[in-house]
Amino acid sequence: MRRVVVTGLGVISPVGNDIDTFWKNIVAGVNGIDLITKFDVTNFSVKIAGQVKDFDPTKYMDPKAARHSALFCQYAVAAAKQAAEDCGIDFKALSDEDRYRYGCTVSSGVGGIDVTENEVKRMVTNNTSRVSPFSIPEMISNMAAGTIGIEHGLRGPNFGVVSACASGLHAIGIAFRSIKYGEADVMFAGGTEAPICPVSVAGFAAMHALSTRNDDPKTASRPFDKDRNGFVMGEGGAVIVLEEYEHAKARGAKIYCELAGFGETCDAHHMTAPMPGGVAGAHAMKTAMKEAGVAPEQVDYINAHGTSTPMNDKTETALVKAALGEELARKVSISSTKSMTGHLLGGAGALETVVCALAIRDNVIPPTINYTTPDPECDLDYTPNQARQRTVKVALNNALGFGGHNACIALKAL
Amino acid sequence: MTLEEKVIALVADSLHQDASAIKTDSSFVNDLGADSLDQAELMMSIEDAFKSFMNGESIPEEEAQKFETVGSVIEFLKSKGVPENL
Repeated sequence: MRRVVVTGLGVISPVGNDIDTFWKNIVAGVNGIDLITKFDVTNFSVKIAGQVKDFDPTKYMDPKAARHSALFCQYAVAAAKQAAEDCGIDFKALSDEDRYRYGCTVSSGVGGIDVTENEVKRMVTNNTSRVSPFSIPEMISNMAAGTIGIEHGLRGPNFGVVSACASGLHAIGIAFRSIKYGEADVMFAGGTEAPICPVSVAGFAAMHALSTRNDDPKTASRPFDKDRNGFVMGEGGAVIVLEEYEHAKARGAKIYCELAGFGETCDAHHMTAPMPGGVAGAHAMKTAMKEAGVAPEQVDYINAHGTSTPMNDKTETALVKAALGEELARKVSISSTKSMTGHLLGGAGALETVVCALAIRDNVIPPTINYTTPDPECDLDYTPNQARQRTVKVALNNALGFGGHNACIALKAL
Repeated sequence: MTLEEKVIALVADSLHQDASAIKTDSSFVNDLGADSLDQAELMMSIEDAFKSFMNGESIPEEEAQKFETVGSVIEFLKSKGVPENL
């Protein structure tokens, strides 16, 4: 059976635009959340988000291409470029035939929602039916994968996988299968999101999904804490390079870890509310562990979806207990790095896969910051406030999306 | 500013080129690397810039298709009554 390993990482995030900075900050518990500066939030009930800082797309792509790419796409291209350099493959040197073995699945939950918003605004303001010829190619959420394909000459499987906040993890799971089942040898995989624009902040706020702790942004994202009151939107992108094990070994690649299992289920319950008890989510975790050949007692770390909404964190706690068994669930180290980055929606599962890969590399469990008051319904070890040294041989990463989508991957140290 | 300078500035901005490298006989496709989307966007920016001279009319699709060089756009605008000195 073909095995799949992680050989490259790249990230654009609210706590750093390269892997070293990102990881240093995540381990140190640095918070990337603050007041929104991207637009005037005077009339908005939610005024906070995890914004990317000092991002210049022309560092990663041709200025003309950058101008005609939506922000979510630019983030993905930037993260992919970092991952490409990190993995050490010379993509320019690939033969035409080789290129069909190289693919890309990079997802976004809401794609170019900001582009759509601006074009609609222009139509209404100018009372015109004219919109930019780039409005559609910029907006469609598969364009991140398409553009990465263009940048690196990848002619194999290439598309976006959309499952709201599970999109990035689904993309990684699908890429894993493309390699495992023999369709490709190397895949870029990940997720990206640029949702900090008026219509999407207003939309998530209307659902009462977002924290309104505007007076204290740094403590607003507090997963598993009793006083959590919603998630904080984040933005950015994360892309990893997945590679067939023998292919990586043959070229002497640096290998972060093995991606050994992927589970995916649906709650089939409600548009947005999670299934009580997280039964279907637990099934996804069990499926990922089974495929990876990992027993519950072998799991060292779980990067939780941990959004900081009252419902998610309670349900996910039950879900982890159902997947591992109550006793083992108490022994595993859990954390939600969304406490620092905010929730990158379709980018989240990918960003947190990067966290898991680095946790395995360094044997460090990053913390859940802002954890001050225990919640009786969230009673596991969430690695409160301080990173911890712990041997990490197996890490699981959960992502759960509106629509009832559950995804889980199992990563193993080689 | 002359009509020529104005058109070249719009082309430079739209196609992300250095204005000094753009001549009236520069071909959009062959010299300036424009694709069909770039050309459609450029026509929109030209319409916006000169609509006061064209009674708010847009450039007809069949005319826009014929524009191969920067000069062909300038000639079209002149034919619509846009003065050479703006």
